[in-house]
Amino acid sequence: MSSVTQIAPTPVAPVAPRGRGRRRRTRQLGWNLLGLLVLAVMVFPVYWMVATAFKPGQQILSYTPHWVPTNPTLSNFRDAIHQPFFWNAVKNSLIVVSAVVALSVVLAFLASLALAKFHFYGRKAFIVLILGVQMVPLAALIIPLYILMSRLGQIDKLTGVIAMYLTFVLPFTVWTMRGFLLGIPKELEEAAMVDGATRFGAFVRVLLPLVGPGLVATSIFAFIQAWNEFIIAYVFLHTPAKQTLMVWLASFTTLRGTDWGPLMAGATLCALPVVVFFLLVQRRIAFGLTAGAVRG
Amino acid sequence: MASVAESEFPLASRRRRRFTRQRIGRVLAPYALLAPAATAIGVILGYPLYLLVKMSFEKYGLFELIRHKGRWIGTANYAHILHDGEFWRVLARTVVFTAVTVTLTMVLGTAMALLLLQVSRWLRVAITTGLVLVWSVPVIVAVDIWRWMVDYEFGVANWTLTKLHIGNFIRHDWFANPWTGFGVITALIVWGAIPFITITVYAGLAQVPQELLEAAAIDGAKPWAVFREVTLPLLMPIFVILTSLSIIWDFQVFQQIWVMLDFRPTSDYYTMAIYAFHQSFQISEYGLGAAIAVVMVLFMFGATLVYLRQMLRTGEVQ
Repeated sequence: MSSVTQIAPTPVAPVAPRGRGRRRRTRQLGWNLLGLLVLAVMVFPVYWMVATAFKPGQQILSYTPHWVPTNPTLSNFRDAIHQPFFWNAVKNSLIVVSAVVALSVVLAFLASLALAKFHFYGRKAFIVLILGVQMVPLAALIIPLYILMSRLGQIDKLTGVIAMYLTFVLPFTVWTMRGFLLGIPKELEEAAMVDGATRFGAFVRVLLPLVGPGLVATSIFAFIQAWNEFIIAYVFLHTPAKQTLMVWLASFTTLRGTDWGPLMAGATLCALPVVVFFLLVQRRIAFGLTAGAVRG
Repeated sequence: MASVAESEFPLASRRRRRFTRQRIGRVLAPYALLAPAATAIGVILGYPLYLLVKMSFEKYGLFELIRHKGRWIGTANYAHILHDGEFWRVLARTVVFTAVTVTLTMVLGTAMALLLLQVSRWLRVAITTGLVLVWSVPVIVAVDIWRWMVDYEFGVANWTLTKLHIGNFIRHDWFANPWTGFGVITALIVWGAIPFITITVYAGLAQVPQELLEAAAIDGAKPWAVFREVTLPLLMPIFVILTSLSIIWDFQVFQQIWVMLDFRPTSDYYTMAIYAFHQSFQISEYGLGAAIAVVMVLFMFGATLVYLRQMLRTGEVQ
């Protein structure tokens, strides 16, 4: 199992009889073919979306699939962005996302500072709370949330949606930030203070730069969540001009039948920012959800 | 007496006072730092949770929604649900759907992680990148893609299945029958969930000490036995967390079904979340919807407890 992953040959390899080496090579080939097949199956839906987005209409509505867009066109994208309310949706999504990112990073940083750097009564209870609260199903909460928001006059308002998104990303961002802060050795801070820095000075000069990657990772997580969320936006924002991009995309077909080309172009546009940011932080996200699960 | 003491030892008392103020600051600081986040969680997660339970014991319809006040009716909502055949059908459907989806996700995800160990390095990088790409696709986008692929007229799925002689799928409508319809929805969800499982399990596999595997192999254990006796126990914490997370996510499935079926799924497609949503927002029986949602939360509670315990045991609590 291990020899496959090693680049340098193991000491055993040269001694091994030739027949066994060949057999291993065929087996390796078999695994690689299987791997290629799996890769093709997994990636195909994404490819199909992008390919369809660039195809002219008659290649899309064809009984035999055209596997490659031979005459690529941008007309689907043009149709998509000229759909009603596209630019409203872009603006609303940007407002919601930037508010959620800014607020969640600040609140999560403060809270995680308390969890990572202080020992206080109720600390463990709070950790249990933020872990447990993530597990409450949104589908169940949406009913009382609707009642609460209607009492507060926040139905059909972006502020209400921002407040809800903020709260939903907080548990995860606090937990992740706490992990980053715990990773910074106490000695660094203490060394700065021994060298004459105040507690605040040590914080600004030592802690803050080190925690930078954590701030970036959590803000991108908040970005992805707020960008992708659908149910809340769908239930709470009634006016088409106030909806976010995901609601716009989901109601795309119901506006005037199913127009697959522009729909796939719109889907590609909606996915693009998330895909880019996701590729930047995927390791951190996997880490946060299962943090420390294998530590030997 | 205090004033006498103070005048007698002015310096010491001032030092003591400063000391205590600093100490109070240190004691209060964490609470001040936590306050904003805790307030947000309390108002927007804690209070609605309380409201949900309260509403499940109330008559809460349109009239009560306008008056902002429910009417206490005890356990009548629960009695209504439990005597409703529809509720039991929905519950059974949700449990079966969750079991099938979680099993497929975990088995395929783990198999792909093991496959990653076997393939050449360049292919491993390619597969991992592909998985992250799939992982990053927003759910609504994924639903639209799959809806397009299984389109009854021009969908690539029907054409391929017909060409492969699996059957005549020309103009086959997958959603006419809820079984095949749920098949598509399961495929969509499993496809979207595999990357997270595979990448996490692979990260765990990479941390299993090589010596252990080699020792077992030298002792004559077959590959499957090595996996079962060495790898699996070491990865157990990861599997527990991933399985309970998957159960929690799949049991509350909503948007995939909702959007896939054009915002109006027939009752054959109701899962717990959709059923609760339908009762509250479509027939304005918010109290009934709340009761259904409470039952849903209780069902998920087991998985949640397991997840919490594992997280606290492993991630905790430096």
